[in-house]
Amino acid sequence: MGTAAIEVRGLWKIFGPKADRIIGSPDAELDSAALRAKTGCTAAVRDVSFEVRPGEVFVVMGLSGSGKSTLVRCLTRLIEPTGGDVAIGGEDVRGMSAAQLRELRRHRVSMVFQHFGLLPHRRVLDNVAYGLEIQGVAKAVRHEKARAILSLVGLEGHEDSYPDQLSGGMQQRVGLARALAVDPEVLLFDEPFSALDPLIRRDMQAEVVRLHREVGKTMVFITHDLSEALKLGERIAIMRNGSIVQVGTPEELVGAPADDYVADFVRDVPKSHVLSLRWISRQPDADEPLDGPELPADTVIHDAIPAAMASARPIRVVADGELVGVVDRVDLLGAVRLGEGIGAQAGEALAGTPASSSASSASASSSAEEA
Amino acid sequence: MKKLRLIAGVLVLGLGAAACGGAKVDDTSSAAPSANASAGAAAGSAGTVKMAINGWVGYEASAAVVDYLLENELHYKVEKVTLNEEPSWQGMESGDVDVVLENWGHDDLKKKYIEEKGVAVEAGPNGNKGVIGWYVPEWMVQKYPDITDYKNLPKYADLFKTSESDGKGQLLDGDPSYVTNDEALVKNLKLPYKVVYAGSEAALIKAAQTATQQQKPLLMYFYEPQWLFSQLKLVKINLPPYTPGCDADPKKIACDYPPYDLDKIVSKKFAETGGPAYELIKNFTWSNDDQNKVADDITNNGLSDEAAAKKWVDANPTVWQAWIPK
Amino acid sequence: MVAAPADIAPPVPVGERAQRLVRWLPVAGAVLVVALYVAFKNTAVLPHDDDASLFHWLNDARDWVDENRNTSPFFLYFINYVRLGVAELFTLFQTALTALGWPGLIGVAAGLGWLAGGWRIALVSVVGFAGIGALGLWDASVDTLALTLSSVLLSLVIGIPIGILAGRSPRVRRIVSPVLDVMQIMPTFSYLSPIVLLFLIGPASATIATMIYAIPPAIRITALAIQRVSPTAVEASESLGATGGQTLRKVRLPMALNTITLGVNQTIAAALSMVPLVALIAAPGLGVDLIRALARVNVGAALVPGIAIVIIAIVLDRITRSAAVSRARSSVVRWAGFAVAIVAGLALTPVLAPEFPEQWQIQIVRPINDVVGWIEANWYGFTGFLNDTVAYGLLNPLQDVLTSAPWWLVTLAVLAFAWRFSGLRAGLVAAGCLVAIAALSLWEHGMETLTIVLVASVITIAVGLALGIAAARSRWFAAVLRPILDAAQTMPSFSYLLPAVALFGNGRFTAIIASLIYAVPVVARLVEDGVRAVPGTVVEAARSAGSTDRQLLWKVQLPMAKSSLLLAANQGIVMTLAMVVIGALVGAGALGYDVVAGIAQQEDYGKGLAAGVALVLLGVMLDRITQGASGRPNSKKKRIA
Repeated sequence: MGTAAIEVRGLWKIFGPKADRIIGSPDAELDSAALRAKTGCTAAVRDVSFEVRPGEVFVVMGLSGSGKSTLVRCLTRLIEPTGGDVAIGGEDVRGMSAAQLRELRRHRVSMVFQHFGLLPHRRVLDNVAYGLEIQGVAKAVRHEKARAILSLVGLEGHEDSYPDQLSGGMQQRVGLARALAVDPEVLLFDEPFSALDPLIRRDMQAEVVRLHREVGKTMVFITHDLSEALKLGERIAIMRNGSIVQVGTPEELVGAPADDYVADFVRDVPKSHVLSLRWISRQPDADEPLDGPELPADTVIHDAIPAAMASARPIRVVADGELVGVVDRVDLLGAVRLGEGIGAQAGEALAGTPASSSASSASASSSAEEA
Repeated sequence: MKKLRLIAGVLVLGLGAAACGGAKVDDTSSAAPSANASAGAAAGSAGTVKMAINGWVGYEASAAVVDYLLENELHYKVEKVTLNEEPSWQGMESGDVDVVLENWGHDDLKKKYIEEKGVAVEAGPNGNKGVIGWYVPEWMVQKYPDITDYKNLPKYADLFKTSESDGKGQLLDGDPSYVTNDEALVKNLKLPYKVVYAGSEAALIKAAQTATQQQKPLLMYFYEPQWLFSQLKLVKINLPPYTPGCDADPKKIACDYPPYDLDKIVSKKFAETGGPAYELIKNFTWSNDDQNKVADDITNNGLSDEAAAKKWVDANPTVWQAWIPK
Repeated sequence: MVAAPADIAPPVPVGERAQRLVRWLPVAGAVLVVALYVAFKNTAVLPHDDDASLFHWLNDARDWVDENRNTSPFFLYFINYVRLGVAELFTLFQTALTALGWPGLIGVAAGLGWLAGGWRIALVSVVGFAGIGALGLWDASVDTLALTLSSVLLSLVIGIPIGILAGRSPRVRRIVSPVLDVMQIMPTFSYLSPIVLLFLIGPASATIATMIYAIPPAIRITALAIQRVSPTAVEASESLGATGGQTLRKVRLPMALNTITLGVNQTIAAALSMVPLVALIAAPGLGVDLIRALARVNVGAALVPGIAIVIIAIVLDRITRSAAVSRARSSVVRWAGFAVAIVAGLALTPVLAPEFPEQWQIQIVRPINDVVGWIEANWYGFTGFLNDTVAYGLLNPLQDVLTSAPWWLVTLAVLAFAWRFSGLRAGLVAAGCLVAIAALSLWEHGMETLTIVLVASVITIAVGLALGIAAARSRWFAAVLRPILDAAQTMPSFSYLLPAVALFGNGRFTAIIASLIYAVPVVARLVEDGVRAVPGTVVEAARSAGSTDRQLLWKVQLPMAKSSLLLAANQGIVMTLAMVVIGALVGAGALGYDVVAGIAQQEDYGKGLAAGVALVLLGVMLDRITQGASGRPNSKKKRIA
C-alpha cells in the first residue's frame, strides 16, 4: 500500500544480548518471562504490523510496559529495531544511512514527549526554534517561524520566558510548537499529556483535535488512557506484551473486542457514548409504525436520546438513504443502562452489519495478519 | 581524542618555544628566565638572579647579605628558591637555580653536575669553615667525662632512650636532606643507637636548648657555623678520626666527618652570562663569625632577613666593598 | 523488652547452628591469629634493608633517565615539550597576574565576583584579596594563584573531555573510575619523586603534580553532570535530527554546565590544598613560606600563609559556587558592572604603589607566637605525658606486634578481616597490596607507617564520631562547630604540622595530632549529615514509642546512618594516611621519611620511589578494607557537602 503515511511490517525490538538471533527461532514464541529466563532478553515489540493513512490520527494504546513507547521510537529509529520493516511516506526507514535518517527527523517526522524534553537554558522562542537551528536556518527566519507557531499554540507573549517559568500545560504547548515548527508530515506523540492535571489534559486534547483540523498532519499518538484514545483516535491499536491485539475504530473496539483482554479494557466505557445506532437497530416488528424521526446509522446512541424523547415512535435508522432498522425508547434505555451485555450483543449484531467488512484494513491481531 | 589534541597543542607550544629537533632541558631560556635573559623585567633591574635557599639559618644569613648587595648595590632582582641541597643542583640543570651559596662537600654531585653534565661550575670558597659531628650538652660531659669517646657511647645508650628510639639510644638528626652518614656510622661502629630525624634545624636547636636548660640527656647531629654556639655550649663526640678517602663508600663509613671548606656553586649559564652579579658572588667570602652574627639577628633578634643583612652591611663596609666588581 | 531467646523454639536447628557458627567465626579467627602469632613470632619477618637490590635498580633507572634526558627521543620530543609547555603556561599566568598589579587583580576579582553573584560576592573578593595584601603576602599569593589557575586550567582541559566520555560511555566509566579511585587514595607525597624524575623540579612539575591531585573531581563531576542530563531532552534533540555534536553542544553541555561549574569549584579546592606541598619541588608561592616556617618551628609564620590560602580558597569558592547557581539580572547590567570593576582596578594600578602598601599590613606573627610560647612553657608536662602515653601505650606495642609477626600472618589476618568486612574481592586486593609492599622491600617501614595510621585513625574516628553526633543532636553546637570545621578543612594540611610540632615536639605523636586536625572535620561532618539524614518520621515514630534519647541514638539513628558512618571511617583513614606521610617532615619516619629522603638524597632515590608506590598500596589496602560502605558517593575526599 504505497499511499500509507507509515507502514510497519513485522517489527521486532528485543533488548538484550544477541537479540537478533531470537527472531525466527523457536524462542520468539516464548512469553516474556520465559524468554528473559532463557536468554536474558526482553522483547518490547513483537512482530507488529500496521499502517497509518495520511492525515489520520492513529492511537497506540496499552498499559505501561506494553511496548508502545518503544514502538513509536522504533519508527524513526530513536531506538534501533531488531527486525522488520518501517516505511514512512513509502521510504524504507531501516535502510537509511545516518545522514538520511537525520534528514527524515529534521524535516518529515517530529515528536512530542511525555516529559516535554525542553531545554531549560533556552528561552521558549529558542526552544521552539531548536529544530530549525540544527537544520542551519538563519536566526531571523527561524525566530519568525517560531513566533508564528507559538501563536498557533496560543503562547503569544511567552517567547522570552524560560521553560521553568511556565505551567506544565504551557510547557507541553512549547513541546508541541517545537515539533510543529519544522513543518513535518508526521507528528509522533509519546504520552504527551499523561504528566498533566486532568483539566489541562482535556484542554490539550482539544488543542490536538483543533490542530489536527487546522494543519491536517498525520499523527501517531501513544497513550495509556482509554478515554483519550477514544476521544482522539480515528483508529486505535491496542498493545499488550509487545504485540498488537486489535486495531480498529473506537466503535469496533468497544462494540466488538477481539479478545477478553480488549473486552476487559473497554468494559467500563459508557457504550452509549461510543457506539452508534447501527449497533442496536433491529428489524422493525410487523406492527411498528415507521413514521418516527429519522437518524443516520452512525449517530452515537447517546445523541439519539433527544429525538427519542421528542417522539414516542421508534427512530428510523438510515444509512445511505436506506432504512437499516429501527430503535425505540426501550432499545435506547437498554443500551444506556446495560454495560456488560451489550458488547456481546453488539458483537452478534456486528456479524450482520455491512460496516464490518470495511472496518479495518489491518487485521485484528498482527499474528493473524502474518498467517 | 581531545587529550590527543591537547598533547598536540602542548607540542606545538613547545615547538614554538624551542628550536626544532627536540627540546633539551637546558634550552629553558623561555620557560625559566635566567640572569640577564629577563633583563628589564622589573623596571631599572639589571637582571634576575635565582638563588637557592637551603634549609638552615646560616645559609639564609649568607643569602640575605648577598641578596641585599645584589639588589641595592648592583640593582639585580633576586628570586629566592627554597630547596634542599640536592634539588638545588638539579635546579641548575633545569634552569630554576643560578647560585648555591654554601655547598657542603657533595663530591658526588660535583662529579655529576660539573664534570659529567657540565651544567654547573665552582665559584670558589665562601670563607666559612664547616664542621659536622655528634654533640652532647656540656652538663653531660661534666657528669659523664668519658662520654666524649664514641667507644663509651654503648654504656650510656639507656640515657638517650626516648619514645621514638625503639628501646635503643636516640641519635637526633636534622632534616633528612642534610649531609649525614649517621645511619652508616651507627651501623658500622656497632652502636646501640637509632637515628631519629627531627626534621629541621630549628627542632635540633630546640632540643639542644631544652637539654641544656632542663639537664636532659641528648645526643645529636650538629654543625658549625651555627649561632647557637654563642648561646650555649655543646661538646663534640670524638668519632674515629677522618682520613682522606675513609668516606669513599657511603655504606662503609666508620670515621668522622671531614672538615669542610664551604664553597659556592653556580650554574654554567650564570657563570657565562651573569655579569657583575656573578662577579660579586665569586668574590663573596666571609668568616663564620660574620655569618653567625647575621643568623643570630634573624633568629633571635626578630630582624627580617633584609634588616639583618642591612645591619651587617652597614657595620662592615670594608668587608663587602671588596666583593663589588670594579 | 525483646522476647528472651529461650522463648523462641528453634525452627530449623541446623540453620541455627550454622548461624551460630558464622557468628563465632570472627572470634575463632582472632584466636587463631593470636595463636599463630605466638607460635611464629619473629619468624618470616622482613627487616628493613637500605641496600635492597630493587632500590639500586631504581637508582640505575634514575641515572639512565638523567643521562638520556637530552638524547632519548621520548624525552626530546615528548616529555621535555610537555615540561616546556606547562612551564610556559605557568609563566603566562604569573606574568599576567603580576602585570595586573594589586589594584588590578583586586579589580578583576571584584568584577568576576560581581559577574558570578552580584555585589555580595564582589565584596567578598575585594575584602579577601585586600586581606591577603594586609597579611603581607601579596607576591607569594600571586604565585600561588598562578600555580593554582594553571593547574586548574590543565585539569579542566584534560578532565572535562574525559568526563564527557565517561559520562556517555559506561565502558569508559568502568576504566576511568578505578584509576580515579587510586588517584584520590594516593597520598600526595608519593608521586612527587616520579614527577621530578620526568620533569625535573620547578613550576612545571609543580603544576603537573597539582593537576594529578585536582583532576579527579573535574572528571568525576563532569561525568556525573553529563549522565544526569535529562534523557528526554537528549532524545528530543535527536528526534529533531541533531547530530551527536549538536546535541553535545546545544543540549548536553549547557544542561550540565551548572554541575560542571561545581566540578570546577571542587577542582580549585583540591588544587589549593596541594599547592603548598609542591613547594618541596621548587614551586614558588605561599608553600615556600610554610616550609620555611616549618624549618624554623615558627608557628605564627606558618599560620599566616595558611590563612592566606584559606582566603584565596574562600574567594574562589564563592565566585565559582555562585556562578553555578546564578541567572537573572540583565546581561547588560552584569557586563557593565564587570567592566567597571576591572577598569577601576586597572586604572588604579599605575596610580598606587606597585607593592602592596606596608602601612596597610597587619602583624599577627608575633602575637600568635607569644601564645604558642606560653603554652609550650606551661603545658609541657601535659603534652609530654600525652606523647609518652600514646607512644608507649599504643604505638610501640602495636608496632612491635606488626613488625615481629611473620609477614604471611599479617597478610592472612588482613585478608580475613577485609573479607569479613567488605567481601572477598576487597580482601584479595588488600592482601595483594601487602604482598606487593613486601616485594618492594619495604615491609618494616610499611608496618611502621601502618601502625601510626591505625592509631591515628582510631583516635580520629572516635573524636569525629563524638563531635558529629553532638552536632547532629544540638543545633547550637553544630552552629559553633561548623565554621571551625570549615576553616580547618580549607587550611593547607601543612600548616597543621606546626602547632603540633610546637606543642609535642618532633615524632609520631605530632603526626597523629596533625592528622587528627586534618581528618576530624570530614569525619565529623559525614557523621553529622548521616545522623541528620535519618527521616524525621522514623525519629518521630521512635519517640512516640517512648524511646529515650540514648535509645533513639543507638537503636535508630546510628544504625540508619550506617553507610555514612562507614564512609566517614573510610575517609578518615585515607586522609589520616595522607597526613601521617606528610608527618615525615616532622620526624614521623617510616615510608613518609623514605619519600622525603628520596627527593632530598641522591642515593635514597630508589628507596623513595619504592616508598611512594608502597604508600599507594597501603592507601588502596586501607580503602578496600573499609569499603564496606556501600554506594559511596562519587566525589569523595573532602567537601562532600
